Amino acid sequence: MFAQCADPSALNGLGWMFCYLTSGKHVLFYYSFGTVLILLAITAPVAMAFGFGGAMAARAHNPALRLFGKAYMLMVRGIPDIIFFMFFVIALDQGLETLLHHLRCPDWTGAIRTGLEFKVCPEAKIPPNSAPQIFHQIYGFALAVVTFAIVFGAFAANVLYGAMNAVPRAQLETAEAYGLSHRQVFRRILVPQMWVYALPGLSNLWLILIKATPLLFLLGVNDIVFWAQELGGSKTDSYAYPHDDWRLWYFLFLLFFYLAFTRVSEIALGRLTAKLSRGQATMAGEAMRKAAA
Amino acid sequence: MKKLMLATALVALSAAAASAQDTVRIATEGLYPPYNLVNDAGKLDGYEIDLGNEICKRAALTCEFVQNDWDSMMPNLNSGNFDVIMAGMSITEERKADRLFTQNYYPPAISLYVAASADVDLKSSVVAAQTATIQASHVAESGAQLLEFKTPDETVAAVRNGEADAVLADSEFLDPIVAQSNGELVVVDQIQLGGGVGAAFRQSDTELAAKFDKAIGEMKADGTINTLIQKWFKDKAVLF
Repeated sequence: MFAQCADPSALNGLGWMFCYLTSGKHVLFYYSFGTVLILLAITAPVAMAFGFGGAMAARAHNPALRLFGKAYMLMVRGIPDIIFFMFFVIALDQGLETLLHHLRCPDWTGAIRTGLEFKVCPEAKIPPNSAPQIFHQIYGFALAVVTFAIVFGAFAANVLYGAMNAVPRAQLETAEAYGLSHRQVFRRILVPQMWVYALPGLSNLWLILIKATPLLFLLGVNDIVFWAQELGGSKTDSYAYPHDDWRLWYFLFLLFFYLAFTRVSEIALGRLTAKLSRGQATMAGEAMRKAAA
Repeated sequence: MKKLMLATALVALSAAAASAQDTVRIATEGLYPPYNLVNDAGKLDGYEIDLGNEICKRAALTCEFVQNDWDSMMPNLNSGNFDVIMAGMSITEERKADRLFTQNYYPPAISLYVAASADVDLKSSVVAAQTATIQASHVAESGAQLLEFKTPDETVAAVRNGEADAVLADSEFLDPIVAQSNGELVVVDQIQLGGGVGAAFRQSDTELAAKFDKAIGEMKADGTINTLIQKWFKDKAVLF
């Protein structure tokens, strides 16, 4: 990267360390922090939307919709994450490609499945085989976001379902007595009040999601834990910067990163809880009312 | 005139697309030096990457190496997300059942029989080996009594405490142990087990597998493969 780093074997001391920490591989390591943060920034709201949808479906009057909502929560929560990540991603990928195959190559005669093999026409591959690797990576990343959202959406659905049921019945009945429709009761009374019940469960989920990113490697996206393991492992002469097993230092660094990240999250969530508790018929809300009076 | 230009552009584009479609995607792990690794520039590197690029040059193919997790290699290969696996994969009978292999591009690893004394009869004694390894199945076939252990360390301990007469394991593992044993342990015999390391393909991809196989054969014949092995494996190199 820098001119003075052209010959690593001639360097020593601080100069070596400087060049080592700015090598192309380390730059990828630093980028992977961005990858993880982007993943979290996209996944959290999408998972929340899935969760909200799931909770609404599980409470629906329509029995088919209710069954769908409950089945979604039960099935996804019951399947180990690692199996879900291996199976579901490939199933999703193959499903999309089969669809494209039928759209784009109606004249194709070969079988799509032969034994374990899955073969569609070249025009139906997503992304096409010849596309630069970056598109394959973006596609893998998108699949990762969808999979994370489905998994964490199921947990969020259960939390929100519980929170919706925790809102005092009297509140809803009063609203109905004022002549509000079902929809209005849901939007104006139930949803604003349920957040305070959902927040502890959702904050747990958020912290688990932060730490679940190593699952990305299963999907071919290299995250920070992968790079820490790879960079920290002892390096022989096959590499330009040979060194001993330094994994301890890399993981120590990750430890501080995660601790700092979760601490910031906790502070933010604490503020949110305080804000949402104001005026609520909960113990925290009551304490606030008394303190103000 | 405009139409003509448009037509020419279209033809050129589709021609480019047709040739680009021949990209062969080769998957590797990037975690198994010196076979495959991610170098300090953050690029895939190693023996298999050099070899793969040379094979593609000889077979006139456009190739691209991609990194993939070991556990999801086979599902992704069958799913068509890449076309070849070159990731230090040993050729075994069990694996041949669900994938095609080329001829090996790295010779079978050397295994050692190590015992407390050099006069052990390996055909009739008790031999320790790690469970579910090629060494264990070799001992079982050799007629000796097989004593299986979960970890390699336990197999050596069994020889030291007299539970087994000898141990059969990889030379990379046993060599330093024998060297540090002050003559307590000696190498009785050495053998090559397994079929070596080869490139794996989908079972229907016979044409591509044949191209790779032919190129590897040529490289073995003209000695370039040994040069590459020496470049990456240095003093540990096992040549053809």
